[in-house]
Amino acid sequence: MSPLLEVENLRVSFPTHSGRVEVVKGLSFTLGRERLGIVGESGSGKSMTGRSILKLIRKPGEVTADKLRFDGIDILDQSEKQMRAIRGARISMVMQDPKFSLNPVMSVGEQIAEALMTHQKLGRREVQQRILDMLTAVRINDPERVAKLYPHEVSGGMGQRIMIAMMLIPEPELLIADEPTSALDVSVQAQVLDIIDDLVTRKGMGLILISHDLALVSRYCDRILVMNAGRVVEECAAGQLAEAQHPYTRGLLAAMPVIDETRDELPVLDRTQWAGT
Amino acid sequence: MSALSLKNLDVSYGETKVVHGVNLEVAEGESFALVGESGSGKSTILRAIAGLAPEWTGEISVLGKPRSHGVDRSVSRTVQMVFQDPYGSLHPRKTIDAALSEPLAIHGIGNRGERVEAVLAQVGLDQRFRFRFPHQLSGGQRQRVAIARALMLEPKVLLLDEPTSALDVSVQAEILNLLKRLRREQNLTFLMVTHNLPVVSFLCERLAVMRHGRIVEIADVAQLKQGELNEPYSRELLAATAGA
Repeated sequence: MSPLLEVENLRVSFPTHSGRVEVVKGLSFTLGRERLGIVGESGSGKSMTGRSILKLIRKPGEVTADKLRFDGIDILDQSEKQMRAIRGARISMVMQDPKFSLNPVMSVGEQIAEALMTHQKLGRREVQQRILDMLTAVRINDPERVAKLYPHEVSGGMGQRIMIAMMLIPEPELLIADEPTSALDVSVQAQVLDIIDDLVTRKGMGLILISHDLALVSRYCDRILVMNAGRVVEECAAGQLAEAQHPYTRGLLAAMPVIDETRDELPVLDRTQWAGT
Repeated sequence: MSALSLKNLDVSYGETKVVHGVNLEVAEGESFALVGESGSGKSTILRAIAGLAPEWTGEISVLGKPRSHGVDRSVSRTVQMVFQDPYGSLHPRKTIDAALSEPLAIHGIGNRGERVEAVLAQVGLDQRFRFRFPHQLSGGQRQRVAIARALMLEPKVLLLDEPTSALDVSVQAEILNLLKRLRREQNLTFLMVTHNLPVVSFLCERLAVMRHGRIVEIADVAQLKQGELNEPYSRELLAATAGA
């Protein structure tokens, strides 16, 4: 079986006063129906990688790649119109903050319906049923009531679950989750990720989980790419993160306080060493 | 004498009461954490102490002196607050120098130039940042400025509202180290709001777990480290963190 996503030598650049600056510098990876984590700090290019897969980088930004293929389709060759048939339906993306990503003047039910009906022709009753089923799948207890609410009437955790429902209802093959839980509480974070994990596994989708949180990514992914300054510095299986070799990965791991902390001072990354962010 | 003493504190926003009957003593030089989920009222307690949530009943005492409901200059001199988001808490059109000088001007303190230089050195910022604007600084540098601003009046107590949750892990480590060093050097008392239990373990000695506006448990950090919290909700929080 051919891989779901093939990326070879992906480069993203933006113009500045002093010439073009590359924010992603020759990234390559392939993704099957598995869970891949991309970890890095602010400015490491991890979100830009996610966005370029959906061709969401607008001019004057520029994306080039030797190969950027999703299920055999060359993403860079697609027109905007062709991309619209892929976005949402086959690849979808969960954004960081539900407060800014949900439409404030549409009820939750209407927004989820829109996501579904953009890609499929279905009867009204069937749409309604799919919405309620989907809301139940993201563990919302009272789906009929919630479908009628507006985004400002729901909590952050529920907003994020609604967004996940919206992204998964067209049954995409690949889900890109860009910091899906960093706006949420620790106790809710685990719930939301469990839901994503459960749905991804059950439907056999591919998942790219983008996050700055190493611990979280290692818990929910099979494989991890660690990015710094636009490059992958380390690739490893999630279980082997503790044995990571690259000094940047080791630095990140060491900088995190642990629950039974005994160190008097946390080690700090020496940024000059990688000329990074 | 306690640095902070809250007795039977209720705080409301308009009709809604968000903090119910909180009793808390924080000793001088202690570092105390408030943990709990969003909406549990932990930040509201800090805001009431700082004077930003004036609708409270009960008693708030700072270093033995009861606090009034209004703006209270003597409280500002002893208690200062650091906010969560360094992108939102600094005035975008004021230079770092202006932001740091303002508390001095309000309180009629002279020698401003030297004091600004001194505090920049304390928080580990180079003097070249002094006349820059917030947008020219990274998130970690901005949080250093926010901490510097809180230190300008040489307070005894710092209220820290999720001071590192908007920052990258490596930057978080730098800020946590800075806070720990400042506390040691200046014998500060910390009252910190966070939902990150490992941060509590690194920086604090005691913690209170809050839920629905009430304190459900007060524990030593040693109990946290050994996973020996008593209340079911505290254990739930701990489980959510430990698994991650």
